[in-house]
Amino acid sequence: MDRRDFLTAGKAKKTAPVSLASPTRTQSGINPYAGPWTNNEVIHLLKRTMFGASKADVDFFKLMTMSQAVDYLLNVSPAQLQPAPPVKNYPNSVTPTDPDNVIALGQTWVNVNTNDGTTNAYRIYSYKNWWLGQMVNQERNILEKLTLFWHNHFSTQTGAISRANWCYNYNTVLRKNALGNFKTFLKEITTDPGMLEFLNGYLNTNTAPDENYGRELQELFCIGKGANNATQGYSETDVKTAAKVLTGWKINYNTNTSYFTYQRHDSTNKQFSAFYSNTVINGRTGSTAGGLELNDMLDMLLATNDAAMHICRKLYRWFVYYNIDASTEANVIAPLAQVFRSNNYNIKMVLSTLLKSEHFFDVANQGCLIKSPIDMLVGLSREFNVQYPLASDYAGNYNCWQTLNSFAITFNQDLGDPPNVAGWPPYYQEPQYYEIWINSDTFPKRNQFTDQMLLTGYTRNGANIKIDPTRFAKSLPNPGDPNALVKDSILYLFRLPLLQTSMDQLKKDIILGGQTNDYYWTNAWTAWIANPNDAVNANIVKTKLRDLYQYLLKLAEYQLA
Amino acid sequence: MKRRDFLRTTVPAAILPTVINGFSIKAFGAESPLAQLLSGAGLSDHVLVIVQLSGGNDGLNTVIPLDIYNDYYNARPNIAIPADKVLKLTDKTGLNPAMTSMKALYDDAKLAIVQGASYPTPNFSHFRATDIWMTASNSDEILINGWGGRYLNYQFPNFPVGYPNNDMPDPLGIQIGSTTSLVFQGPSVSMGMSISNPTSFYNLLNGVQDPAPNSNAGKELQYVRLVAKQTSQYAAVVKNAALSVTQQAPYPTPNYLADQLKIVARLIKGGLKTKIYMVQYGSFDTHSLQTTMADTTVGTHANLWKNVSEAIKAFQDDLKFQGVEDRVLGMTFSEFGRRIKSNSSVGTDHGAGAPMFLFGKKVLPGLVGTNPILPANATVNDNIAMQYDFRSVYATVLENWLCVKNADLQQVMLRNYQSLPLVNAADCKPILPSPSGTKYLEIWGTPFVSSTRIVYKTDGGHTLLQVFDTMGRLIRVPVDTDMAAGSYTYTFDAGPIPNGLYYVRLQNGATQQVKAMVKMK
Repeated sequence: MDRRDFLTAGKAKKTAPVSLASPTRTQSGINPYAGPWTNNEVIHLLKRTMFGASKADVDFFKLMTMSQAVDYLLNVSPAQLQPAPPVKNYPNSVTPTDPDNVIALGQTWVNVNTNDGTTNAYRIYSYKNWWLGQMVNQERNILEKLTLFWHNHFSTQTGAISRANWCYNYNTVLRKNALGNFKTFLKEITTDPGMLEFLNGYLNTNTAPDENYGRELQELFCIGKGANNATQGYSETDVKTAAKVLTGWKINYNTNTSYFTYQRHDSTNKQFSAFYSNTVINGRTGSTAGGLELNDMLDMLLATNDAAMHICRKLYRWFVYYNIDASTEANVIAPLAQVFRSNNYNIKMVLSTLLKSEHFFDVANQGCLIKSPIDMLVGLSREFNVQYPLASDYAGNYNCWQTLNSFAITFNQDLGDPPNVAGWPPYYQEPQYYEIWINSDTFPKRNQFTDQMLLTGYTRNGANIKIDPTRFAKSLPNPGDPNALVKDSILYLFRLPLLQTSMDQLKKDIILGGQTNDYYWTNAWTAWIANPNDAVNANIVKTKLRDLYQYLLKLAEYQLA
Repeated sequence: MKRRDFLRTTVPAAILPTVINGFSIKAFGAESPLAQLLSGAGLSDHVLVIVQLSGGNDGLNTVIPLDIYNDYYNARPNIAIPADKVLKLTDKTGLNPAMTSMKALYDDAKLAIVQGASYPTPNFSHFRATDIWMTASNSDEILINGWGGRYLNYQFPNFPVGYPNNDMPDPLGIQIGSTTSLVFQGPSVSMGMSISNPTSFYNLLNGVQDPAPNSNAGKELQYVRLVAKQTSQYAAVVKNAALSVTQQAPYPTPNYLADQLKIVARLIKGGLKTKIYMVQYGSFDTHSLQTTMADTTVGTHANLWKNVSEAIKAFQDDLKFQGVEDRVLGMTFSEFGRRIKSNSSVGTDHGAGAPMFLFGKKVLPGLVGTNPILPANATVNDNIAMQYDFRSVYATVLENWLCVKNADLQQVMLRNYQSLPLVNAADCKPILPSPSGTKYLEIWGTPFVSSTRIVYKTDGGHTLLQVFDTMGRLIRVPVDTDMAAGSYTYTFDAGPIPNGLYYVRLQNGATQQVKAMVKMK
């Protein structure tokens, strides 16, 4: 990304901070939550750490204690950290010598290089759709939500990276480090080929320093600009100095790895400002110089309290709420940062503390997160248990995932291509934050999407996804009772209750078709369960459920998590 | 509006070359007064208001047969309306005493009543029967789009692509309520919007809006709702139309149907070009305590009809007050009637045929059809026979009120249904009521053992002869074809059908008659 682009994109970010009056001030902090553990709390936890809260998942976690549930969500096995890579789902190149041509359909392309632009473009789609598929098929853990968080944090754009292979490799770095050690993460992402290209690190040499990465490392990735995005502690000289530390890294186009060339490295001593306690990083020479100096600099960055505060604020805005008032800053962010530092920047530990805290489960923090497009799309798919082609039909699955990706783009979230290095504005842009997702263009489109998903669904190259509303209704405890049907649907789909009068109205107008006797629905449901092949009954049941969910999914409540 | 409607609506084709008085029509442009007059006036401003009486209305206690009062009383002594309390329309027929407002409309020649509206092989489930009425399907056929949606799709092709536009800046169909009904479902999208739905606007009609809590979640909820309000493409036009009407004739209150019709009147007067409005009221599902035990003229069913009658009368008065009475036709429907025989819990169970009401200044007033045939000793399974297929009523409204060309009617109704003399079709095309007093249908020989002769007369054109059992099931269709005018005889060979009462129904254009026949050993 060009520095110039970033300056333009970053302009709005420098808006004077607006003090938002929080309607609900809460004093709760990071002490472990000891309150009730009911459907409500389970659903809150799942909607924030996974995509949607399916009934089966809620039941699964409800059997645990809150603490066990959080531990379970944070416990990701090494195998789960490394899912099977994306596969070839595109035609061979017209260039006969393209090495990609030897890869069979359905086999992965990530270990083979190509210089064919068309093939690479296909691979980008394959990669993005694969990623979306990982979310749709997520395990019962935090990994996918967290990987997306780190993508938003360490943002890169596929459109600014030469090779799809590097995009995929960047993704594996996010996954591998998502719950690990933040310093290791910083080290690996700094020398990741995709990131080196995206922020011009590979062009940063002793004779022509490029400050791009040195700046973002501090401004966005590590130190931040204080609670209100306006307090820059480090100096412009620190940006230049950091750039010097980072000189000499290059990309090997054969191995798709980065390497250090000491000839291009600035081996002078690097003097940082008082913000970094006037730290001097000793200049080094030789093949290990780059790694050693980077290590020293990361130690210096992480020796500040700002780094931990910055990361904790970003986690907070992703998992809890965007508004960080003075009380939250003091009672949540600061103690969390302390946990982060005292545990040697262990990410899992800080997440565990946050997600188990009384602040996280505070009623004031429930239901206030506006779903990102991907959260809404993948959550919808998972909550309604949308059926995809068999796993063996990779082509069909990739088509379905692309359907969701195309709508994510329509709703303003292009997976793999956030608008700039700062990530998606809803997670940093004052004063609107999440509200940016919902506007006069995107809201009707979200409604049209849910309407259509309940009607015919969407078909791409013959692969269809649609919502079968009976599948969701069947998962509820007592769908034959129209009162329970409406109430439980709202329980799992919304975070805010509806008035009893509203639920009664929905039941009467939609489920009972204007009647007042509940048993009309009960009879229809029972008859359909007993004989699902009876077309007349099936049509009655499906139509009423479709109308109910079309209505509910259009309510503002559904946009909140 | 479609091109062909423009042509049809404007001036007779004979005087419509491309030039009028030496001026090309094109030269006027869309905004010229002449072009406006040509395209906007006349039939194109017709509005249909559908009143859904959900739950299955007991037609027999709504429109009461006085000429066979004893049979009526014997079938339902615990709920029968005393003969002297019935509001007489004719010597033979009257209305429930709660319907004084409806009686006033009748006296004012603004009410038409279609007797015995149903369809072959009626379904007795609320849900299924409602779907049948809303989709205009056959009993054994599942359609996933509504008759109103098919009409609107025919009239406004490709909706919603390219809408709103200059010709149709407004919603095509509006439902007052929380959800848009199957009636409006088009081939791919819903052609209607519902006014209390989340993407339109709130609080116009006692709209229930769930409160936003005073919390972060409440703050974000209000934000999303704000966007929702701002972005419904029709919210502004609907709201402006509603707000532009500041004076209305009085409506009864509390009366949920009147509340809805009051909004409809405002939107019509406010200038919306919306073609179909739909309102809903109920529940008419009067299994028990349909009347009080002490007095059969009061109770649940009477209250329902008091409210319906007063609401419709007030609506009609308001339309007159607003000066839009010529433009509006109303029609009621309910998914079925109820059984002839009452049950022991002072109510009636799900049945078949029942009356439909059409109201408005342009109806052809009066009763269409005869009182139902009631068995002398009604059993629990006896139903009121079909006299008119409800889809004939829809077809009539489409052809003679919404001016769908006869040739295109089948495209909307999917089959050929015949028009009835229900509405003044002068704006579309004339249709004359059938001459009265003619004997069109006779049974020569009933009761019969194995066969009898059905003698029927047709004025020519499409002629339909059907045989139903008392459950309304279609037993046979001896004739369903175009015929030359004349008298014909059909020998009905009963074959293996069980003994009992059967109804023979003839329809030829607007003419229809039903006769009973009995098969016995």
